[in-house]
Amino acid sequence: MISLNVNDQNFEIDADPDMPLLWAIRDLIGLTGTKFGCGVAQCGACVVHLNGEAVRSCVTKVSRAAGQNVLTIEGLSKNNDHPLQIAWNEENVPQCGYCHSGQIMSAAVLLREKPNPSDADIDMAMAGNICRCGTYPRIRKAIHMAAELSKKGGITK
Amino acid sequence: MTNKIKNYAKGHRGITRMTYVMGTILSLVTIMAFALHEDEKPFVASKKIVVVKDSVASVAAFHKVYKVLMSPRCMNCHPSGDIPLQGDDSHLHTMNPQRGVEGKGLYAMKCANCHQPTNTPGKNTPPGNPNWHLPPANMKMVFQGRSPYQLAKQLVNPKQNGNKDLKKLIEHADDGLVLAGWNPGEGRTLPPMSHAEFKKAWITWLTTGAYAPKAK
Repeated sequence: MISLNVNDQNFEIDADPDMPLLWAIRDLIGLTGTKFGCGVAQCGACVVHLNGEAVRSCVTKVSRAAGQNVLTIEGLSKNNDHPLQIAWNEENVPQCGYCHSGQIMSAAVLLREKPNPSDADIDMAMAGNICRCGTYPRIRKAIHMAAELSKKGGITK
Repeated sequence: MTNKIKNYAKGHRGITRMTYVMGTILSLVTIMAFALHEDEKPFVASKKIVVVKDSVASVAAFHKVYKVLMSPRCMNCHPSGDIPLQGDDSHLHTMNPQRGVEGKGLYAMKCANCHQPTNTPGKNTPPGNPNWHLPPANMKMVFQGRSPYQLAKQLVNPKQNGNKDLKKLIEHADDGLVLAGWNPGEGRTLPPMSHAEFKKAWITWLTTGAYAPKAK
């Protein structure tokens, strides 16, 4: 059995230590907000936080996460009211939506480390998250909006 | 006279005994040195590194070292810019991850977010190492674009080589990230010689005076 803490809840899962963390999150724990995209760390759809860092769960073995803190899109806020989630909604960022849990989880690390990012900072931080619908201008706009919102409310994750 | 002969004989026996003891010690040292040589650890085991200057041997060894350091497996993480290189053609790393202050990336694009402690299975998937990083921003230790002369000078300058003295330089041949060059994951070529050959050339270069090839 492998112990995982996901979104502040403890789970004991029966999994091969080499299983991708993504499978454990989706298939064993049942949190399906995190998506499978490429399977080789090239697209960013599967980004979750592992001890606060935006790891790609499709190539992260579940053994690396054992006993560590994992945060998925479902745990980013209690009421879908993280400044990024509010901004994403306000700006109507998603088109098909498939990549956006990964986009938001990556953006959350950016805002934590750079609360008032420039366009260049956003480009640097988000270059590894691919959107086939091409929503990049709206993603950038929403991150700026979230930065403004978070000045008022603060970001904890 | 008799006493003199006795004393001489006693002294002679003393010399014989001393010669025997010294010979035994020398033999043991030789055997130990040979054993260490067999393990390829003479320089790590020895506290004192002996440098015997030989510019011809040194430069010849460095040419071998240079071939390895300029191979994609080494140079890709010693780029001239702030984005690592990738692949056997040393193109800029897709997604443009940045060096960052510590050489470990920035924001959501940190090296360890994709590069796991071990190689990811599959062709051209992210190679892995527990300590994956570029040189830090305050000492970039650039290989890309360096001539043999420039690189040789840079490698022995503590202000450009990560504050390494001769001992640390020698030990660096067995650094985990250096060794990872010979375990690059599927789909990537190996450096142009074995790690053992590289290490031998590296140590030879350093212990024969670390001469730089002539600048052209």
